[in-house]
Order: sequence, then C-alpha cells, then structure tokens
Amino acid sequence: MEITISKYIKIENNTIWLNGEKVFSAGPDTDFGTFMKVLYRRYAVKYLKFFKMDNLSKLGFLASEILLAGQGLVKHYPNDKIGVFLSNSNSTLDIDQQYYDLIKDSDNYFPSPALFVYTLPNIMIGEICIKNKFRGESATFIMKEYDPNITVDYIKNLFLQNKIKVCIAGFVDYTKDNYDAFLYLAENTELLNGIAHNAENINNLYYQRE
Amino acid sequence: MEELVEKLKKEIIEQLNLEEIEPDDIDPATPLFDEGLGLDSIDALELIVLLEKEYGQKIEDPKKGKEILYSVNTIAEFIRKNS
Repeated sequence: MEITISKYIKIENNTIWLNGEKVFSAGPDTDFGTFMKVLYRRYAVKYLKFFKMDNLSKLGFLASEILLAGQGLVKHYPNDKIGVFLSNSNSTLDIDQQYYDLIKDSDNYFPSPALFVYTLPNIMIGEICIKNKFRGESATFIMKEYDPNITVDYIKNLFLQNKIKVCIAGFVDYTKDNYDAFLYLAENTELLNGIAHNAENINNLYYQRE
Repeated sequence: MEELVEKLKKEIIEQLNLEEIEPDDIDPATPLFDEGLGLDSIDALELIVLLEKEYGQKIEDPKKGKEILYSVNTIAEFIRKNS
C-alpha cells in the first residue's frame, strides 16, 4: 500500500501557502479575527456557524475549507472512510481562559454554553466533520511541538486496517500570541507527484517556506 | 413592546454571534429555530442565559422553553408578562 500526500496547506503569520506556494497574505498589522473574516469572504465559505466558533476551530476549519476546495471527498470516498487527525500544543487554552474569565466572578455568574462547548480540542475536528459530512475515524493529539513521528504510524495502521481510505491530518494551534495551521490530505493511491506519507516528508512540508 | 422587540433583536445578534445578520433581517414572528435564523440547541441555552442576565427572567418550566423561545415576539411577550 502506498499512502501519499496529495495536497497540503500552511497558515501562519497572516499568510497562506498551498502546496508550498504562497497564495495569499494579509498585512502584518491585520489582527487574527480580521484575518479570519478576510479568509472567510475571500474563499466564499458561506457557513454562518463559522462566526460562532472559537479561534482554534476557526483556524482549523478555514484551513480545511481551503485545503478541500474542489476535492469533493464525499463523492469519491464513503463518508465513514474519511478520517481527521489533528495535533496541537496548547489544546484549548485560549477559550479555557475566556471561559474562566467569564465565570470567575461569583456575583456575576453567567456561564456561556457557546463558549463551554469549545473547551475541548476535538471540537475543532467536529466542526470540520459536520460541515463536510465526514464520519470516519478521528483523533486529536496534544504534544509539546508538532511531531509527525507520533501520528504517522497511527494513521498508517488505520489505512492498513481499511478503517480509512483518505484522511486530513496535521497540526493546528492557537494562543492569543501565536497561531499555526498545517494540514495535509493523505490518500491510499499512487498519485503522480504524490509525496510519500512519512514523518521526514511531513516535517519537510511543515517547515517548508518558499 | 416594539422597542423591546428591537432591543431583543440586537441582543440576540450580539449574544449568538450572528455576524452577517442585521436587526432588520429578523422577522420577529418567524421561528428562530430550524427555519428562520436556523438556531441550534446551544443557541437555545445562550438565549436562556440572555434572559436571565439581561432581564432577570428564568424559564422555570423547561416544557415551556420551546414555546417561549419560538420567536422574538414570544420572547418579548414572556419578558413583558414577567416584568
């Protein structure tokens, strides 16, 4: 079996690289919230639930939307064979802090259910799956820094067991000071110019800059 | 009552992060869930928090929640009756 990476995306520093090529950049002074709105409109996402998401989910969701544009995954694969596997360093620390700030005053205690639902990092995967109707295996890995060595064998085994036929995987991290999204599409097919799915190649793509 | 309806529309937009919706887009008689604004169960919980936080109103009988949160008009009527 040959698992290959057919497409990948990196979003960092208000810039998007698709398959290693810079495709869009906003000014360095653009704040994260504005950058997300700019991408939402630029890529004509049309999904109002996006505005209710926390920052981590917005980042992962938009990265997946741009990565999957034109792919038609659910037309080519059964829904339950499409997996999503994301890694992350800071879990949901940003929204955890927001939620804590909201409830810390016992005299003004109005917990927000809409914030609370985002205090689990796998909700980001849920948002991607709901939008795209993916129903396959999924997992979120929390690690100090992105290390594809940890996830590559896990994903490979799921392919070997025929649990998945395609997956989106990568790293999506958000803190109020920094953010980073790297997603790739891996398929069990020998594509022309496909990149073999191994930790070395994934690391090269992750750190790749034009 | 009309003033309360307009105030509620703005508060709902803000509380539920309905980014691309303007107050005039909301028909106060249209169902908020499923059709209309297409709100979901989390939005319902947020509306309950809004009622408690801004108006000091609690929906004591959960069975009546669906009826009270049916539309902006029904929410306004609930606030008016209980104020």
